[in-house]
Amino acid sequence: MYEAPIREPLILGDKTNHEITEDICRPIEGKANKYWWWCFIASVAALLWWVLCVSITVGQGIGMWGINNIVDWGWDITNFVWWVGIGHAGTLISAVLLLFRQKWRLSINRSAEAMTIFAVICAATFLLTHIGRPWLPYWLLPLPNQFGSLWVNFNSPLVWDTFAVSTYFTVSLVFWYTGLIPDFAVVRDRAKTKAMKFWYGLLAFGWTGSSKNWQRFEEVSLVLAGMSTPLVLSVHTIVSMDFATSILPGWHTTIFPPYFVAGAIFSGFAMVQTLLIIVRKVLSLENYITTLHIDMMNRIILVTGSIVGIAYITEFFIAWYSGVEYESYCFINRATGYYWWAYASMMTCNVISPQLFWVKSLRTNVTFTFILSIVVNIGMWFERFVIIVSSLHRAYLPSEWGTYHPSWVEVGIFIGSLGLFFTCFLLFARFFPVIAMSELKTITKTSSTQAKRAALEHGHSHAAHH
Amino acid sequence: MSNKKYWKSLEDLNNSPEILKKAQNEFAQEIPLEAFLGNNDSLSNSKTPRRDFLKFLGFSVTAASLAACETPVRKTVPYLIKPEEITIGVSNWYASTYDDGTEFCSVLVKTREGRPIKIEGNKLSTFTSGGTNARVQASVLSLYDNERLQGPTKDGKSTNWKDVDAEIESKIEAAVAAGAPIRLLTSSVTSPSLNTLTSEFMAKYPTAKQVSYDAISYAAIRNANQLTFNAAVVPSYDFSKANVIVSFGADFLGNWISPIQFARQYGQTRKLNKDKKEMSKHFQFESIMSLSGANADVRVGIKPSQTGAAVTNLYNAIATKAGMPALNTNKVSFEKSIANTAEALWASKGKCLVVCGANDTNIQSLVNGINYMLGNYGTTIDMANPLNLAQGNDKEFVSLVSEMKEGKVAVLIMLNCNPVYTAPKALGFEAALAKVQTTISTSDRIDETSSKCKYICPDNHYLESWSDASPKANSYALIQPTIYPLFNTRAFGDSMLTWMKSSIKYQDYVKSVWEKKMFPMQSAELMFENFWMKSLHDGIFESTMSNATPLNWTFDLTSSAAEISKETGSELEITIYQKIGSGNGSQANNPWLQEMPDPISKVTWDNYITMSPKEMEKRGYNILHEKEEEMNTVNLTVNGVTLEKVPVFPQPGQPEGTLGLALGYGRTMAGKVANNVGVNAFAILGLNSSGLISYHASKASIADNSEKHMIVTTQTHQTLMGREMVKETTLSEFQKNGKAGNHTEMLFIADGHEHKKVPAHTVDLWATEENPGFPKPGLQWSMGIDLNSCIGCGNCLVSCQAENNVSVVGKDEVRMNREMHWIRIDRYYSSGMSKSKAETDGTGLIDMYHEMEVPEENPQVVFQPLMCMHCNHAPCETVCPVLATSHSNEGLNQMTYNRCVGTKYCANNCPYKVRRFNWFKYFENDQFDFHMNNDLGKMVLNPDVTVRSRGVMEKCSMCIQRIQEGKLTAKKDGREIKDGEIETACAQSCPTNAITFGNIADKNSMVSKMKEEDRSYYMLEELNVQPSVFYQVKVRNIEDAGAKHHA
Repeated sequence: MYEAPIREPLILGDKTNHEITEDICRPIEGKANKYWWWCFIASVAALLWWVLCVSITVGQGIGMWGINNIVDWGWDITNFVWWVGIGHAGTLISAVLLLFRQKWRLSINRSAEAMTIFAVICAATFLLTHIGRPWLPYWLLPLPNQFGSLWVNFNSPLVWDTFAVSTYFTVSLVFWYTGLIPDFAVVRDRAKTKAMKFWYGLLAFGWTGSSKNWQRFEEVSLVLAGMSTPLVLSVHTIVSMDFATSILPGWHTTIFPPYFVAGAIFSGFAMVQTLLIIVRKVLSLENYITTLHIDMMNRIILVTGSIVGIAYITEFFIAWYSGVEYESYCFINRATGYYWWAYASMMTCNVISPQLFWVKSLRTNVTFTFILSIVVNIGMWFERFVIIVSSLHRAYLPSEWGTYHPSWVEVGIFIGSLGLFFTCFLLFARFFPVIAMSELKTITKTSSTQAKRAALEHGHSHAAHH
Repeated sequence: MSNKKYWKSLEDLNNSPEILKKAQNEFAQEIPLEAFLGNNDSLSNSKTPRRDFLKFLGFSVTAASLAACETPVRKTVPYLIKPEEITIGVSNWYASTYDDGTEFCSVLVKTREGRPIKIEGNKLSTFTSGGTNARVQASVLSLYDNERLQGPTKDGKSTNWKDVDAEIESKIEAAVAAGAPIRLLTSSVTSPSLNTLTSEFMAKYPTAKQVSYDAISYAAIRNANQLTFNAAVVPSYDFSKANVIVSFGADFLGNWISPIQFARQYGQTRKLNKDKKEMSKHFQFESIMSLSGANADVRVGIKPSQTGAAVTNLYNAIATKAGMPALNTNKVSFEKSIANTAEALWASKGKCLVVCGANDTNIQSLVNGINYMLGNYGTTIDMANPLNLAQGNDKEFVSLVSEMKEGKVAVLIMLNCNPVYTAPKALGFEAALAKVQTTISTSDRIDETSSKCKYICPDNHYLESWSDASPKANSYALIQPTIYPLFNTRAFGDSMLTWMKSSIKYQDYVKSVWEKKMFPMQSAELMFENFWMKSLHDGIFESTMSNATPLNWTFDLTSSAAEISKETGSELEITIYQKIGSGNGSQANNPWLQEMPDPISKVTWDNYITMSPKEMEKRGYNILHEKEEEMNTVNLTVNGVTLEKVPVFPQPGQPEGTLGLALGYGRTMAGKVANNVGVNAFAILGLNSSGLISYHASKASIADNSEKHMIVTTQTHQTLMGREMVKETTLSEFQKNGKAGNHTEMLFIADGHEHKKVPAHTVDLWATEENPGFPKPGLQWSMGIDLNSCIGCGNCLVSCQAENNVSVVGKDEVRMNREMHWIRIDRYYSSGMSKSKAETDGTGLIDMYHEMEVPEENPQVVFQPLMCMHCNHAPCETVCPVLATSHSNEGLNQMTYNRCVGTKYCANNCPYKVRRFNWFKYFENDQFDFHMNNDLGKMVLNPDVTVRSRGVMEKCSMCIQRIQEGKLTAKKDGREIKDGEIETACAQSCPTNAITFGNIADKNSMVSKMKEEDRSYYMLEELNVQPSVFYQVKVRNIEDAGAKHHA
């Protein structure tokens, strides 16, 4: 496919196909460096902390948290929505960008998808632990049963949510694994030990690299991309309906679905940035994950951040315009009430800070991007906190106005979920090819530095002839 | 040996070859073995082939071994010989009487399988008319307090009755022989039998004397009546006949003398409907914000030292109108209010009532004078049939203490009192007690006093006892046991009889007293047995009331007024009051009462100094504003006694320079629930110029304490924020227009291309012709709550807790907003800021809301009972993913605990926030060491109601078990349900009948008629959730909406 030579190359450092294989297989075949170990130990420690806090919760009851009869959802659902939102970037990158034939996705889609899967796992843990009787979550599934004529309530957004998240997880997992198959085969073929040969052979699913294999692979990828694309929109739409279908001022808002989807992509890209900036450093993949990639993602952050900002302002406008007393109080209270600091953090992190990305030098600055990506994720966490807690703590009846403060167990579960996430991600980075190398090799002829140079030289020589 | 041969047949005889062949075979006929063994198909098709046999064997072995494993064995013990009157699953009701020496209430006791589990008011009694209060409701739990004494003790060690009795008898005899005084220290005893018995005791042992001592004294009323009418009585009051009610610090709705009776009477004067458009006007002059003050139309905040001056000024104002000479007095700043009050009183001469809470003979004499001038004697005040309550004689008690101090008293027997805890510390009762030779307590536990006594002869709980009571002249009540004594305790009457060496049982003694005394008072029953049975059945016997005799006023009030005018205030004064839940603290170990929020402050599990918020700000104290901040504490010194680390809590409506502190807390030996909760305010009491125990002090001082204390409330926000949860109007507006203050909520809907406004409740997304929406045919349960007669006492809350096994969660969990009460009483203070005021002043929205949060200095107060509204378009039902909450065809929103997984979405989506989540397992859990953590305490549980497990949501069920019981009874009788037959626990126990429950589909039911009233409205009607509970607009008897209530 033709690509203009003036476009920046996507692979730097004159990489040949073989070098790409070498670079990407190196972390799997070699020994882990000390950075990896430090990160891994910290993550596992946090994961163990998570195990402790979850055990306390399941053992004693969710009374160990700070939620109460006024604010029945707190950090639990905040974290759930936050993690689900983060997942969205992975699907967007691998599915939507695939359909739009965006080649720059190739260096980042593998990690982004992995992030999606781990984020959804983290989100699911909150769904399971936040319920009063965590041994009964399967009652949310429409399973034939002998409890009498019991069935789920299809009116309830929580049932929609169960379907949405489980579908999302399944499709993402299959999509990710399918993409991994050719790369597993590469690792298998290079394996020097019996164990590696066996395990990667198993994972490679009998991949031979024949044309038929490739053809089917392409077809399946396209089909799965087609299936995943609506999920990018549907999952967070349904998550937003957990709130939007209620009658609570501050939740009962028709703007929620698009606003939540934009927010999810916003936070997801921020998380991808956070992860990849670490990965490219730790695994020395600067040639593959270039400032161009970072720039591209920053543009998406800028766009979705602006959408989110407009949504915030629209909510305020509607609260005033509707003339509904409870609605307008809810928003005044959000900005000026007990939780004003959460609102202020949200506005600063989500609306103001991404606007700095209008400046190209900041957009391409790795350190700045790294910091800002964390700022955005903090902001998006606060967004969910603000929506959930500030709406609940002062609803209709002033007699039932109260406050909510998380307990150490709740905070522990959140920190622990980060541990769970990073443990999974670090294991992924160690044992799985973090870049889709087989796919990446399809652009060495068009988008690598040497290809660009050749194209330019060819162009020049072409011009010289005339 | 015989050679005879026997043969079976000729063939046999002849030995035919066929026969020989057959004889070799075991069976004469051939068995078709091949047919069933040879054919594999038929074998495997037969019922139990070999393989199946092995399967069965395997299963049986496994099943047998599994069955042999230990499964939790829950033993139930059936009645081997079933008592005739008990049917399992059916409750028995017994009429009895609650009379703890402070308070009288005629009750019905519900027992299940022999266990009393619920107290309800006895409607046959004309005295309490079916009303109860929180302490009466909670008393059933005190029966199952596992910290009660299980038998008599001597020197703190348990012993047996025989030894104790022998020793006590010898001590008594020795005292009589030596001529040394024997003293019976009792609380008010209204029991005719016990009083007869006591006089017999005193006759038998001539050195014995009875001293009446009440923790809360009303001696001044008796003294004043002695002075002014020559009758040392507490008269009967009838608030229901009063058009104007004036109270000077008497909390007659909460605690004053006979609050259950007074609340019922008061409630009658507050009822309004389309035919009755008049209501009483209530003025309250007080320092702390009492329950009565919160209900008053006009409340004037005064300092406690000004009470006398206020009464004297009112006396003078009335005297001027009556043409009587005025008395000398000091000027007061609230002259105008006094003048208005006098005006209102004079206009309702003979139909008004002035009462006063001060335990001061001079002031009470003046109050008598005012009532006399107003002609209230014989109408609202009945001297001919006085109350037998409040007999406490402070002067006798004080002299007893000095007698004890001198070491004169040989034997001291105490009934129903705990003076080491309740007596003013300055009196030195504890030291005096040590000087008594033989001390006998009949307390039910090792408490502050009994622990210092030589013998404890524990009395029965009233639900285990035989006795009687007489709250007022010519009105009698019986106490019958509803359960065999749980422990080796003995009724006080039996103890007395034993010590008198009488062989008669107290039960028979009571009967004989009734035969001699009450039986002759009536003529309806000719046989005593019939009379006795009827009285036991009814629980009461009321004889003809005596006629009022004209009273003659001769007393000169000049010296009283002079005495009063000497009282000078100081910068800081204190009122010591009783809370609705804890009262005088005798039932302090009852977790229901500890967790019951105070009706005014909404604080649980504590007492505290109440102070005007303005003054707190001046002193730099923290004012709780929806923050989990701890309160500042102070060291409080009154009458030379210092209480340390007393938290200070803001109380709007309290004048600056005044403090309030509740009695009944700071117990040290009441039990694990009550010990070290709050501080003991009894300690700081002192005597006033009349020589009586005074419940206020004109001089108090506080010093900052650096420590802080966590106070927990069930309501952290105090004002309505301009919202219309509670609608209210004034009487004059209401008289003009029945719908005053009750505008219909309108919604915009699209009608074609037009927009129009329609009443909210007419909009229905789902209504079709076949399904017209609410109301549906058949039974439709509904509840109406009259905000005008609700006094906010919180009785319904405890009643509901008892009926529905509502868990107690403790202070820490209440702090977390996790109290479990199914019904709550929202209390709102008025705010100085309103939307209209903001508009005229040009105040911005943010500032407006900010100012709305602050209650006024002397706010109007509203109470709003709130339980599940049982919405017919319930928001909780649609969001539950597992259908654990669903709608019944009788309009009830039902909770299926077993199905609940605990997502809590229903609670988030409930606009009324009535849902309660089980954050922990609240029973059999040492973290929640209340009654549900011990076998005895669990006996109070209602077997008809599930005890909810951890992780499920719960809420008001409209007492579905009562509805079901009522429906079954009607079905059995083959009739329709009668209106009023089924009552929820809250409706049943309401002392003012503010709650009406019934079938709204029946157009003739009380609740339907109530709904048709102009004052009825649905809370948050604009949400169109179509609640089953409606409210009626509160009406204030004040001049007009604009005028402030500071008269």
